[in-house]
Amino acid sequence: MDIIQKTSLYEKHLALNAKIEPFSGYLMPIEYSGIIQEHNAVRTKCGMFDVSHMGEIYVKGTDALKFVEYVTTNELRSKPSGKVVYGLMLYENGTVVDDLLTYKFNNETFLLVVNASNVSKDYTWLVDQTEGFEVLVSNHSEDYSEVAIQGPDSERLVKELLNIDLSDLDAFEFVCATYQDHDVLISRTGYTGEDGFEIYGDHLAINMIWDALYDSGQVLPCGLGARDTLRFEAALPLYGHEISDKITPLEAGFGMFVKFDKGDFIGRNALLKQKADGLTQKVVGIELTDRAIPRQGYLVYANDQQIGTITTGYLSISTGKPLALALIDAKYSIIDTAISVQIRNKFYAGFVRNKQFVKKNYKIKGDMKK
Amino acid sequence: MSKVMDGIFYAESHEWVKREGQIGIIGITDFAQSQLGSVVFVDLPEVGSKVVKGKEFGAVESVKAASDLISPISGKVVAINDELIGEPENINKDAFDSWLIKVEITDANEFSSLLDATAYRKISQ
Repeated sequence: MDIIQKTSLYEKHLALNAKIEPFSGYLMPIEYSGIIQEHNAVRTKCGMFDVSHMGEIYVKGTDALKFVEYVTTNELRSKPSGKVVYGLMLYENGTVVDDLLTYKFNNETFLLVVNASNVSKDYTWLVDQTEGFEVLVSNHSEDYSEVAIQGPDSERLVKELLNIDLSDLDAFEFVCATYQDHDVLISRTGYTGEDGFEIYGDHLAINMIWDALYDSGQVLPCGLGARDTLRFEAALPLYGHEISDKITPLEAGFGMFVKFDKGDFIGRNALLKQKADGLTQKVVGIELTDRAIPRQGYLVYANDQQIGTITTGYLSISTGKPLALALIDAKYSIIDTAISVQIRNKFYAGFVRNKQFVKKNYKIKGDMKK
Repeated sequence: MSKVMDGIFYAESHEWVKREGQIGIIGITDFAQSQLGSVVFVDLPEVGSKVVKGKEFGAVESVKAASDLISPISGKVVAINDELIGEPENINKDAFDSWLIKVEITDANEFSSLLDATAYRKISQ
């Protein structure tokens, strides 16, 4: 493993007495005041996360649009500049290199925001695919810090505290703005299922923004612990769990982000074949009727037979229910199928359910979409 | 700094046991609860079941993780703390007041291998 890195906000986490652990090569805050309190702040008010560990990779050049559409599953040609698109990078066999947000500046400039754990793998993978394309792929992950401001009060607080009015910005749109004469990029995106923003900028700018939000006392610092419980309830996937190099987007239930009509892309043939043959495994939601907590790695059974494994599970903070996402044999993926989960040598009863445990609360076309 | 109570026994796996005649009262230490963070669930054995020194008898779970409970002594479970099922967060408030199970002690000699408060203070700083 490489030398462990610190984000530019590290000293602030220390000063706040955060519980800090290594994550994806960075020393990251796991929790400050407590996961439950942080989780609830984001669902009901506003919280902020240091997500400076995320990777930022630019693709520029005359073939940039063609290249990005070739290496990711989604479609970008119809999208206006200022749009953010969720997609996945696939291997030829259809399994996932990484999932990512693609920021479209114009047809010749895109910013790809990728998972911290995959930055160097993704960068190398992208560079390896550039043959025949007029593009330049460059990794700027070290140049940017990033803070995510999440929760229903985010728009109001960003306006009040940072003096940036984002009321015209819809979910999955971005703008370039300035804060104290520093250029920043702001998108109405996040990883919690709530409305909110992700702000990218130089290290000093993000430190100043963090301070302005923190000093107000209205934005609670939140760690990676709450980030995971929040994204889990909204069924947002985490690489290595619900998507990985052993799972395709179709199996993970993200077919809507795969645009077969756009022409060739890496993994297309494998996915078409999988579609024709039918899926053998699927990611589903599970709810236990017994009192117990299903956790990652626990085995899922039906009719005394092992049918899969939990990919993420919690005693869900927002619902109070024992919930999980699980990768199981597709035969058992029908809603309400009775299953059981093995927890410490005992079996606990539950059923297959839809995996969106809480409704997403995104701002679309001026309205809050429930 | 976490609290250590005098006059009771400790296991290196961070459980405490208090002896009252033939009954051993078992819980987790203040140090253990502080390491775990907010406790959201406890999984306790049934009354009448047997626990064995050094073996798992249930779990205490925080939001993020399940932590096995290891029995500091052997015996038969005669009571479990039902209140903790509904209010597991009591463990965070007072770990020494929030006992988990009471057992009928099988072998009183097992206490000699446990730590006293002074020894436990040294490993829980």
